[in-house]
Amino acid sequence: MTVQTDMPRLYLRSVWVPELPPQRTQRGPVSWLRHNLFSSPLNVALTIICVLFIAWVVPPLVRFFVIDAVWSGTDRQACLADAQHPTPGACFAFVRTWLSYFIYGFYPLGQRWRVNLFFLALAFGIVWLLRLSAPRRDIGAVYFFVVLPILSFVLLSGLPAIGLTSVPTSLWGGILVTIVVATVGMVVSLPFGILLALGRRSDMPVVKLCAVIFIETIRGIPLITVLFMASVMLPLFVPERFAPDKLLRALIGVALFASAYMAEVVRGGLVAVPRGQYEAARALGLTYWRMMALVILPQALRVTLPNIVNTFIGLFKDTTLVFVVGIFDLLRTIEAARADAKWATPTTSIAGYAFAAVFYFICCYGMSRYARGVEARLARAGRR
Amino acid sequence: MVDYGRPTPRRAFRIGSIALQLALVVVVVGIGYAAFINASQNLAHANIATGFGFWNNTAGFDISQTLISYSSSVSTFGRAFWVGFLNTLLVAGISIVLATIIGFIVGIARLSSNWLVARLAGGYVEMIRNVPLLLQLLFWYNAILKSLPELHGSLTLPGGALLNNRGLFLPRPEFGARFDAVTLALAIGIVATALLLLWAHRRQQRTGAQPHVAWPALGLVVGLPILVFVVAGSPLIFHPPDLGRFNVRGGIEILPEFAALLLALSIYTAAFIAEVVRAGILAVSVGQTEAAHALGLRQGTTLRLIIVPQAMRVIVPPLTSQYLNLIKNSSLAVAIGYPDLVQVFAGSVLNITGQAVEVIAITMAVYLAISLITSLAMNLYGRTTAIVER
Repeated sequence: MTVQTDMPRLYLRSVWVPELPPQRTQRGPVSWLRHNLFSSPLNVALTIICVLFIAWVVPPLVRFFVIDAVWSGTDRQACLADAQHPTPGACFAFVRTWLSYFIYGFYPLGQRWRVNLFFLALAFGIVWLLRLSAPRRDIGAVYFFVVLPILSFVLLSGLPAIGLTSVPTSLWGGILVTIVVATVGMVVSLPFGILLALGRRSDMPVVKLCAVIFIETIRGIPLITVLFMASVMLPLFVPERFAPDKLLRALIGVALFASAYMAEVVRGGLVAVPRGQYEAARALGLTYWRMMALVILPQALRVTLPNIVNTFIGLFKDTTLVFVVGIFDLLRTIEAARADAKWATPTTSIAGYAFAAVFYFICCYGMSRYARGVEARLARAGRR
Repeated sequence: MVDYGRPTPRRAFRIGSIALQLALVVVVVGIGYAAFINASQNLAHANIATGFGFWNNTAGFDISQTLISYSSSVSTFGRAFWVGFLNTLLVAGISIVLATIIGFIVGIARLSSNWLVARLAGGYVEMIRNVPLLLQLLFWYNAILKSLPELHGSLTLPGGALLNNRGLFLPRPEFGARFDAVTLALAIGIVATALLLLWAHRRQQRTGAQPHVAWPALGLVVGLPILVFVVAGSPLIFHPPDLGRFNVRGGIEILPEFAALLLALSIYTAAFIAEVVRAGILAVSVGQTEAAHALGLRQGTTLRLIIVPQAMRVIVPPLTSQYLNLIKNSSLAVAIGYPDLVQVFAGSVLNITGQAVEVIAITMAVYLAISLITSLAMNLYGRTTAIVER
């Protein structure tokens, strides 16, 4: 038997065959449906249940909030059922009428540019501080934590010396108050939170004990009791002539509360900084404060930025609780406007609450998307 | 040998540290003392008593929901405190159960391979988490429950329950004399099932065979009581509530405030629990499932013996803090007038007595005690489930 060394090469290809597209069952919308919706009997059943649920819930909601919604009108007649609209939807005409009250409260009409200017200055500060690529964020921090509070106070509260008439806080209301409470909470809680976190990790027993007691007490009780304490007990603890005004009391309560939560978040960041960083900073001869300010805190805060933002989302939602101690934040202005007999219809309340829900959702969802973005960026940086 | 003494920088550091701590003590004590002096002056000025003597005074106000007997004319402020405390525990306890059930379902649904299910669950979490709880609470209370029909247009639900804007009225069960036998049968069933499980476990340890226990256990726990119930002649009657001219008579009354708080707390906390559950399941690496399958364990057994125990170690600590949040959030009751601890005690009692310091201190102490007990239990759990390193 001879070895077939001279096998005819007729059946061997000398050129590459072009690649075939994947099978029909592997791509396209049909395949996607099969993989994501109908991959097993259980999934088929779940898909059918979900589709039925959506068909049951979504059309009435769309009808109520969009198709049948009443957008214009001057009083409740527009939102009541009549021959033309047998089933009136959400009464957004009410929200439109009261909108300026929901934003500014009773802030004097002629002075509202000051509020708008405050919103602008705040937005500028937030963007400067939160955009990781923004230039000179250290100056941004000074602007946000020093310049902005003074500027805002002068703008909102007024300073007759430079021609800004003073506006008492009892006239403030709506989104303005919500933003003021949230901003004060943030501006105060971050530095205090850092101090408390450092105190808790300090090796001085007295400092540590004070920090732990403060943090754990505040975290163990509801915000409402802190606000009650601030609004009822604070006036008792100072001489009568110094009794702080109502909004200021609520602000103190919120700031105390937020600081305790911020302290725990910052502490998480401090723990995440490797020991070697502390030791290296010490070895370079840095004092405690220089070590913290130049080496540890920049790293700790960067790591924990998503958590700081998440804490702030919680704080932003918690500002609604000032409602309970009689501050006119957005929610309370809606409750007040809801009671207006001129607009009393079955759908007025829902329209008001829907407006507030959309406002809070946009703010909170935006912040949480930002936090997630930073988190993903940090994870990428960590992998390098 | 030369004694160099202690290095100066260290000593300087020590002295600085001691001075700082002393300064802190002085400041804290100083603020506390000033507050005390001011408070006693202000209180004396306003003619408000101090001390806890008010505890045994007659309260003189009504409470809409009382789990223990209470009447405004004879009961004391102390009694009112317990009424409020129990109401807090009631609403928090039921909400915790509901929130856990919804949260686990939604959390697992978010990881479903079914695109639609995962998206629906994700939408629920995002929508609920980003809207303040107080807003949701007011929505349920004012926009939904308070806009239900008036008394005379009450909706009749299956089983004779009535629903109107004054609340939900359920039929009141009446237990016959022989109902004790059913309770006894249930107890016997549970004990027998426990013994059965013990026997099955022993047998598996000894021989490796796994006896089938599911059907016998079901029969003992559910079947036996039902059998006894039928044999005893169905000793349980439901009395549906009656619609009177001015109110509803009979039946179990569930206040709209209670229902709104329950709905808001469960739905809100469930969204956070869903995230906790999702993170916990994702924390167990895929390798664990693959290894279990390679060892020949089935899907269900893998889940029960491999995935869940490991996921629970990650889930339980944040889950507990969600429970604590729920208990603290139940104080929002004050916004809609559900008589919880804060509404009754830090609201009504404080307004009547004016003794802000004592009342707020007691309220805080209650929440602090709940928090401390829970975190102690949590540490204990953490210690028992910690990975034992070799």
